[in-house]
Amino acid sequence: MKQEMMTIISQIKIAPKIFELILKGKLVKEMKTPGQFLHIKVPQADLLLRRPISLASIDQKKETCTVIYRVEGVGTESLSLLKKNDFLDVMGPLGNGFDTAFVKPNDRVFIIGGGIGVPPLYQLSKELKQRQAKVVHLLGFAKKEVIFYEEEFRALGETYYSTDDGSYGILGHAGNLLVKARKVGEPSAVYACGSNGLLKMVEQNFSTHPHAYLSLEARMACGMGACYACVCHLQKDETGTKSKKICDEGPVFPTGEVIL
Amino acid sequence: MNNQLKVSLPGLELKNPIIPASGCFGFGAEYAKYFDLSCLGSIMIKATTLEPRFGNATPRVAETPSGMLNAIGLQNPGLDVVMSEKLPALEKYDLPIIANVAGSCEEDYVAVCAKIGDAPNVKAIELNISCPNVKHGGIAFGTDPDVAYELTKAVMKVTKVPIYVKLSPNVTNIVPIAQAIDAGGADGLTMINTLLGMRIDLKTRKPILANQTGGLSGPAIKPIAIRLIHQVSQITDLPIIGMGGIYTADDVLEMFMAGASAVAVGTANFTDPYICPKLIEALPQRMEELGIESLEQLRKEVRENRR
Ligand SMILES: Cc1cc2nc3c(=O)[nH]c(=O)nc-3n(C[C@H](O)[C@H](O)[C@H](O)COP(=O)(O)OP(=O)(O)OC[C@H]3O[C@@H](n4cnc5c(N)ncnc54)[C@H](O)[C@@H]3O)c2cc1C
Ligand SMILES: Cc1cc2nc3c(=O)[nH]c(=O)nc-3n(C[C@H](O)[C@H](O)[C@H](O)COP(=O)(O)O)c2cc1C
Ligand code: FES
Repeated sequence: MKQEMMTIISQIKIAPKIFELILKGKLVKEMKTPGQFLHIKVPQADLLLRRPISLASIDQKKETCTVIYRVEGVGTESLSLLKKNDFLDVMGPLGNGFDTAFVKPNDRVFIIGGGIGVPPLYQLSKELKQRQAKVVHLLGFAKKEVIFYEEEFRALGETYYSTDDGSYGILGHAGNLLVKARKVGEPSAVYACGSNGLLKMVEQNFSTHPHAYLSLEARMACGMGACYACVCHLQKDETGTKSKKICDEGPVFPTGEVIL
Repeated sequence: MNNQLKVSLPGLELKNPIIPASGCFGFGAEYAKYFDLSCLGSIMIKATTLEPRFGNATPRVAETPSGMLNAIGLQNPGLDVVMSEKLPALEKYDLPIIANVAGSCEEDYVAVCAKIGDAPNVKAIELNISCPNVKHGGIAFGTDPDVAYELTKAVMKVTKVPIYVKLSPNVTNIVPIAQAIDAGGADGLTMINTLLGMRIDLKTRKPILANQTGGLSGPAIKPIAIRLIHQVSQITDLPIIGMGGIYTADDVLEMFMAGASAVAVGTANFTDPYICPKLIEALPQRMEELGIESLEQLRKEVRENRR
C-alpha cells in the first residue's frame, strides 16, 4: 500500500504559521524510517502537485503519524484549514530517510536543525535514543516565538538553541552552536536538516566524516523518481552528466556526495 | 471484458486507449511499484537522445492554476542505456512501447530512430520535435514546416516501426506543420506538447524556474488541445494520439470526439499515481451512459462527421 485517504486525528497551531497534524491510517505500517516524507494532496482541486512534508513522528501502536509544517503558500494554507475527522489524500512514505543502523550505545550524535527543517529530526532523535545514543540537539530558529517541540527535544537529550535575533539561546545560527559542541567532544554521527546555508555549513565541517548525513529539499512533481524534477549534481563527476534524484535516491545524502 | 476499449493504430494494437505521456512516467519502473503496467494500452517512455543528457538547472517545475510548468530539459540516460536496460526491463509486461525520440540535429534523430526500433517491444516512435525546454533542436524542428518535412522524410527512411510526430501548440498556425509532416510520410501525429509559460517568485522577483520559461501542462491546456486536435483532424487522415490535461474519463471521450484515436495522460500521474488504471476502469460505464458502443465505433463516427 502506497496511498491512502488518511483520517485527521488532530490539527493544532503550535507556533505562528506552524501546524502539527496527526494522521491515522493503515499507511502508518509502511512508515519505518525517520527522514522519509509524505506526498500530500492538499484539498484544493486546482492545485495539481502534491506537497512533500517530512514525517515528524510515527506511532505504530496507535497507527498514527505526525507532520509539522509551516504555512508558506496556497497549498499549506489550504491544508491548515482541515479539521479533525476530515480525510487527507496521502502518498508515501517516500524517500530513503536517515541511516541509524550503525549507531551504538553511548555514541555522541549531533542533530543539527534549522527552522522548518527541524520536524524530521524529532522521529530521528527518538530512534537514536532507543539505540541509547547520546544525542546533542543543535537547533537554530529565526526567533523565540517560532520554536516548537522544545520540551520534546529536551526529553531526548542535550538541546541548545540559537536565534537569528538573539531572543532565545545564543545569537546567530546553528553553526555557532556546532563550534561549541565540537569543543566538548567530536560526534560519531551527524544528521542535519534545514536551509541550504545550514547544510553547506555542516558539509564544510564534516565533508569526510563517515557518518554525516544531510536532508535536502527540492521542488517535486512525481515524488517517486519518474519525472527528473528534483535532481542534484554529484561532487565527484567531471562530466557533469550524472545526477541523483532527491525524491527517491534522497532526500538524505551522506556529506561529500552531492553538490548543495 | 469485451472489446469496447480496443483501438488499432499503425503499429499499435491497443487493448485500451490509455497511454502514460512521455516524461511523466519515466521508463515505467517507478509506477510498476504502484500497479501492474500490463493493464495500460501502451507507454510513451521518456525522451531518448543519442547521448546522455543531464537537463536543465533546478528548480525544474512550478505550479500554476490547474496546471504546472516544467523545464526538465530532456534529461535521459542516452540511447545505449535505454536499449540495454530500460527497454528490456519493460519486456515482462504485455505492452507495446512507444519510444519518444529527441535530438539536437537531424543526424541525431536519424541515428536514434534507426536503432531504437530494434528493441522487440518498441512498436512505434513518437518523434519529439516540440520540446520547448532545450536550446538546440526540439521545438525548432516543430515550428517550421520545411524543417519538419525534411526531418520526417529523413527518419521515415531509416525507421523499422511507424513514426508518430509530436506537434507543438506554440505556433500561430498548426495546419501547415501538420500537412508538412503528413507529406513527409509520417504514420501518425501526437498532440499536444506543452505551451511555453513563465511564473515569477514574488519574494525573489525572479522566474521560479531556473530555465526561466517552461512548458505548461495539465487541465489548464485541455481546451487548447481539444481545439488543435479538432483543427488538425479536419485536414489529415493521420491518426492522432491526443493529450493535454486529461484527468477524467470524460476528458478521454472529449479527445476522441475532437478527433483523437488514443490518448496520453501526463500531469495527472503526479496528482494520482493510479490515474491510468482508474481511467481504464471508469471508461466503460461512462461510455454506456453516453450511448457509446465502442471506441472504434466512436472513431468511425467522428471521422464520418468531419466537415
Ligand atoms: C523532502 C521534503 C520534506 C519537507 N518537509 C517539510 C516539513 O516537514 N515541514 C514543512 O513545513 N515543509 C517541508 N517541506 C517544504 C514543503 O514541501 C513546502 O513548504 C511546501 O510544498 C509549500 O507548499 P505551498 O503550497 O504552501 O507553497 P507554494 O509556494 O504555493 O507551492 C507551489 C509549489 O512549489 C512547491 N514548493 C514551494 N516551496 C517548496 C519547498 N521549500 N520545497 C519543496 N517544494 C516547494 C510546492 O510543493 C508546490 O508544488 C519539505 C520539502 C521537501 C522536498
Ligand atoms: C514533467 C514533464 C516532462 C515531460 N517530458 C516530455 C518529454 O520528455 N518528451 C515529450 O515529448 N513530452 C514531454 N512532456 C509533455 C507531455 O508528454 C505532454 O505532451 C504534456 O504534458 C501534455 O499532457 P498533460 O497535460 O496530460 O500533462 C513532459 C511533460 C511534463 C509535465
Ligand atoms: S520528483 Fe519526480 S523524479 Fe523526483
